[in-house]
Amino acid sequence: MTEFLQQLINGLSLGAIYALIALGYTMVYGVLRFINFAHSDVFMVGSFAGFYIGRGMPKESFVTGFLALTGAMLVCAVLGVVIERLAYRPLRSRSKLTVLITAIGVSLLLENLGQFVFGAAPKAFPTLFPVHTFNVAGLVIGSNQLVVLVVALALLGALQYIVLRTKVGTAMRAVSFNPQAASLVGINNDHIISFTFALGSALAAAGGILYSLNYQAIDPLMGVLPGLKAFVAAVLGGIGNIPGAALGGLLLGVVETFVNGSRFSTFTDAIAFAILIAILLFRPAGLLGKMQVEKV
Amino acid sequence: MKALLTRRHALTAIAVSTVSILTACKKADDTSKGGAGDAIKVGEFASLTGKEATFGQSSHKGTLLAIEELNAAGGVLGRKFELITEDTQSKQGESASVVRKLVSRDKVIAILGEVASGRSMEAAPICQNAKVPMISPSSTNPKVTEVGDFVFRVCFIDPFQGTVMALFAKNTLKAKNVAVLTDAAAPYSVGLATFFKEKFIADGGKISVEQKFSSGDKDFKAQLTAIKASNPEAIFAPCYYTEAGLITQQARQLGINLPIFGGDGWEAPELLTIGGKAMDGTFYSTHYSPEDKAEMVQTFVKKFKARWNNEVPDAMAALGYDSALVLADAIKRAGGTDGQKLRDALAATKDFVGITGKTTLDAKRNATKPAVIIEVRDGKFVYKETVNP
Repeated sequence: MTEFLQQLINGLSLGAIYALIALGYTMVYGVLRFINFAHSDVFMVGSFAGFYIGRGMPKESFVTGFLALTGAMLVCAVLGVVIERLAYRPLRSRSKLTVLITAIGVSLLLENLGQFVFGAAPKAFPTLFPVHTFNVAGLVIGSNQLVVLVVALALLGALQYIVLRTKVGTAMRAVSFNPQAASLVGINNDHIISFTFALGSALAAAGGILYSLNYQAIDPLMGVLPGLKAFVAAVLGGIGNIPGAALGGLLLGVVETFVNGSRFSTFTDAIAFAILIAILLFRPAGLLGKMQVEKV
Repeated sequence: MKALLTRRHALTAIAVSTVSILTACKKADDTSKGGAGDAIKVGEFASLTGKEATFGQSSHKGTLLAIEELNAAGGVLGRKFELITEDTQSKQGESASVVRKLVSRDKVIAILGEVASGRSMEAAPICQNAKVPMISPSSTNPKVTEVGDFVFRVCFIDPFQGTVMALFAKNTLKAKNVAVLTDAAAPYSVGLATFFKEKFIADGGKISVEQKFSSGDKDFKAQLTAIKASNPEAIFAPCYYTEAGLITQQARQLGINLPIFGGDGWEAPELLTIGGKAMDGTFYSTHYSPEDKAEMVQTFVKKFKARWNNEVPDAMAALGYDSALVLADAIKRAGGTDGQKLRDALAATKDFVGITGKTTLDAKRNATKPAVIIEVRDGKFVYKETVNP
């Protein structure tokens, strides 16, 4: 029983990170109907931003941690806007496939640029937050795992608020629903899309920092695997659906952890993806997604 | 008219100077090749960047130091060495393409590399088919030299290393129940784990549980939680240093304060930067210790430090150095660089004294050498004991 609960805690803290990255995929898809493959590399840049900010700070404390977190989120928000402005906006009227290929190109560019600028060898991530281990009834909970869960929940709440309760959130939903109609009622589509990219990229940066806090070693290709898993999580939850992405992330993290802890650890990804296929067979739109009639 | 003349003069001047520059270049080229005969081209492939960059860098620095010393002493058979190095980026698939390039385009007479067994096994068939002798400095998986009779190594192999660690667990750690955590995607890790288990069980020990992961994984908490539940007395983690650091750190976070030990894949300063304070109370087996008091070792340490910015050479550097010397010795005995003759000379290597002990290549082209056990204490690598074969 203790082992089961311990694995559940491990799984939730991994899943919370997948959820944060998945949100970026899902938001961009919701507004622009395309998969931003460069998202996983924005996640990597976020980690490195946190790495350099954290190294410049005197000592680990909550102030250091939050400064590094917000600093990295700002860096990535700007990066996200720049990527959209330079790579995606000029192609917006072209076919979706063109933009998709461009996204893969941007992803490779960031990875190789990362190897060139940061070097390919893994670096040890600084401990930003004070570290403490709690022992509760035989369970071991690291303070970093708690930080991951708290930050992820807070950011999810903030995102739900922005999208559902604010003016810019309403505009985002309007653009997602029908871009032409949105611009007819006076919404500046360009601004809203930039804002979406800024928000999604900032969440990726937060995910990057939380991931690195837990797993210490960072390198320029670190985004590839978590990015892929988060994309799967977004599809699992119903792409374009924000609570769906969060649910998909948590579910994937927990499943993966349980498989890893069993005798079948070599087949982790195979089993995780088999579950994904099974769910999509029965619910093609994802767990929380709604079936939509394609407009032709 | 006058203007035209000057222009013509100018053109002539340019033409003349271009020609003289070209000849100057040609001359410079000629002298760089060295006086008697062409340079002996030796290919090296190493993981200079990427996940196992430290291995590649250390090994390369050792090899280069040996080549420079050989050249300073006039080379072999009156010919100097030219080392052509290629980076495998610690990636699968890359070794095959860079070694193919070294063999077919650069026409090297021998190949030195790699540290990781998986990547050596990728390159070995290419060298075997091209009949270019290959010497791996530090790949310990037995399958590497089984590829063919042109593939050699200058280090001990995993059955020996597995035995050493099984004895260490039983005699020094006094453990009867050990958990194993293997990298299922690395032949090195799988091989070493197998040999360890065989010996440990044969000696009456018990494996509490074996958990697996894949190279590049960062989250080991699930496997470690399962290991914790099986109540072992120690954990054997035969993997490379990046994972070893992460595993140890996450184990300590989960409250697992058992001794954790591994093989020569742990040997890198990064083990301490990634693992931090958590590494105290861990052990690994390797090929040599810079604390060895032998005169030859100490001279090597001094020379290495002088050449490479005061860096202390690790086992990969010592083996990289030895691999180049063994090759030079064989070229001397073969009296040339012909593939078949060089192979025969390499196969006949006997009692060659190097930094990592005496190298004698057996019928399976493997070396038999002593192993050293290192302990991590207060954030430092400390020599613990030597185990002879």
